[in-house]
Amino acid sequence: MNIYIKRKIINKLMCGAAFFSALLTLAPLISIFGYVISKGITSVNFDFFTHLPMPVGEHGGGMSNAIVGTLILIGLSCLWAIPLGVFGGVYLAEFGNNKFAAAVRFSADVLNGIPSIVIGIFAYTVFVLPMKSFSAISGAFALGIIMVPTIMRATEEMLRMVPFALREAALALGVSQSRMIVSIVLKTALPGILTGILLAIARIAGETAPLLFTAFGNRFWHQGLNQPIAALPLQIFNYAISPYDDWHRQAWAGALVLILMVFLISLLTRFVIKPKYRRKEMIWKQK
Amino acid sequence: MKIKSADLWFKKAAAILALSAAALVILLVCSMAYYALPAIRKFGLHFLHTSTWDPVKEIFGALPFIYGTVISSALALLMALPVSLGIAVYLAELAPCCLREPLSFLIELLAAIPSVVYGLWGIFFLAPFLRETVQPFLFRYFGFLPLFQGEFYGVGMLSAAIILSIMIIPTISSISREVFLTVPSAQREAALALGATRWETIRLAVLGYARSGVLGAVILGLGRALGETMAVTMVIGNRPEISGSLFAPAYTMASVIANEFSEATTDLYLSALIEIGFILFFVTLIINIAARALIWRVSAKIKAK
Repeated sequence: MNIYIKRKIINKLMCGAAFFSALLTLAPLISIFGYVISKGITSVNFDFFTHLPMPVGEHGGGMSNAIVGTLILIGLSCLWAIPLGVFGGVYLAEFGNNKFAAAVRFSADVLNGIPSIVIGIFAYTVFVLPMKSFSAISGAFALGIIMVPTIMRATEEMLRMVPFALREAALALGVSQSRMIVSIVLKTALPGILTGILLAIARIAGETAPLLFTAFGNRFWHQGLNQPIAALPLQIFNYAISPYDDWHRQAWAGALVLILMVFLISLLTRFVIKPKYRRKEMIWKQK
Repeated sequence: MKIKSADLWFKKAAAILALSAAALVILLVCSMAYYALPAIRKFGLHFLHTSTWDPVKEIFGALPFIYGTVISSALALLMALPVSLGIAVYLAELAPCCLREPLSFLIELLAAIPSVVYGLWGIFFLAPFLRETVQPFLFRYFGFLPLFQGEFYGVGMLSAAIILSIMIIPTISSISREVFLTVPSAQREAALALGATRWETIRLAVLGYARSGVLGAVILGLGRALGETMAVTMVIGNRPEISGSLFAPAYTMASVIANEFSEATTDLYLSALIEIGFILFFVTLIINIAARALIWRVSAKIKAK
């Protein structure tokens, strides 16, 4: 009898512990969101979006340059990382049954696992040292390296999900292979690839470490791509470790804007996926 | 003929773009090795076990940083592992169906928060909270242990480890959950049919079966903890000392790079920092390969069935 009760008690205890650990993890989540929202909303104002940072010691000002800077950096990194990632993924999915492709897949996994600060050092040695200046380009290079593996693997997986019958149908109609890939396979997999790209963007939007000594930050409007540029996460970091209360306030406002930006991008992925499902539903209805 | 050559060009272009991912890795290794060479030549293996870090006299030893990185990540794993396993078990086995999706969405939200926001929260909430509540409590009841002695700064090893553990929980729990979901129901049914309680079923049928996959998840989490920079830099206190106490400020490899890189005035100083980055790269590389091998073995086992 005793052993049964003991086993039942242990059962209850362990199941309770599992439930408790789920609750325990929600605590920091709620705390972080509570802080960012409550402190962010009281700190964010119109000036925050329209003004440049004020000189040290003066109240007010905003982070307009950092918001624009982050958008510029994201745009620049997309410019080189998306073609590389998507076409790399096309190669892996369509021609990738050889050792060469295995090496590429392995490199993508390696790139994916490198700490972002190390990628910052790499961008520093490749761009900042030869150019002798921190620059927007070097920042975009670092962020792009983080994007490439995500996009490449997402593209590969999405292309592999395209049914072979579609490819065969196109080829049977006499379409060339390259044409088939571009207008049939890529088009079918487009929502999935876009999701991968948006996820990669959401990931780099909040990256700080690789920008510390590449984009470096700037208290003014951007002055060209070969000059240091401001970025929202960098500005938050610099303001957070500063001793001024007004800067702490702005750091919270920045954190709120940054989190909203990241979540907006993630939310966008759901809308991108939707049309695919919609089309599926329509096909079902036709049947 | 024209079509054939267009296809060939397309294939070549795609191959070149795919190749550039591999080229990036090779370029990264070469260029970092090149710039780290002066420090490697000057200090050799002493770099790894010297604890002096003196930019003025140009004596560089990375031991305090290696120590900080290893201890903070290990502590983070120690805290994150039971909690993540608990979540994974709850989400995969116990939770009512209507709770599973929202809960796992919430926990994955933790992974979407930028690390600089974690750091901000760490500076203004976690560190004061630890200083005023947790550290006095630990000191009063466990102060006889050398782990819980010293001044209450708030920032330090303990706060870094806590933040890191929060950051790696989503990684470990979501992979473990997926591994649990691949365990065949026949295993669970067999255990239940023998009269096992729910917990015994989980322990015998699920955890036992998913062991190597969970190990892979843990190693992947470790890789993330080792390389995490911003949040740790903001709360660890940034003092290159080796102290037995969890309350004391410390320093990690990633945060010394973050703090001192743009201030490194001499070539040797910069080279020493790049060497630290190089070590960090190799350690995370090995860890990631190990984790992938483990997870890959699990998925291969499932495919074989």
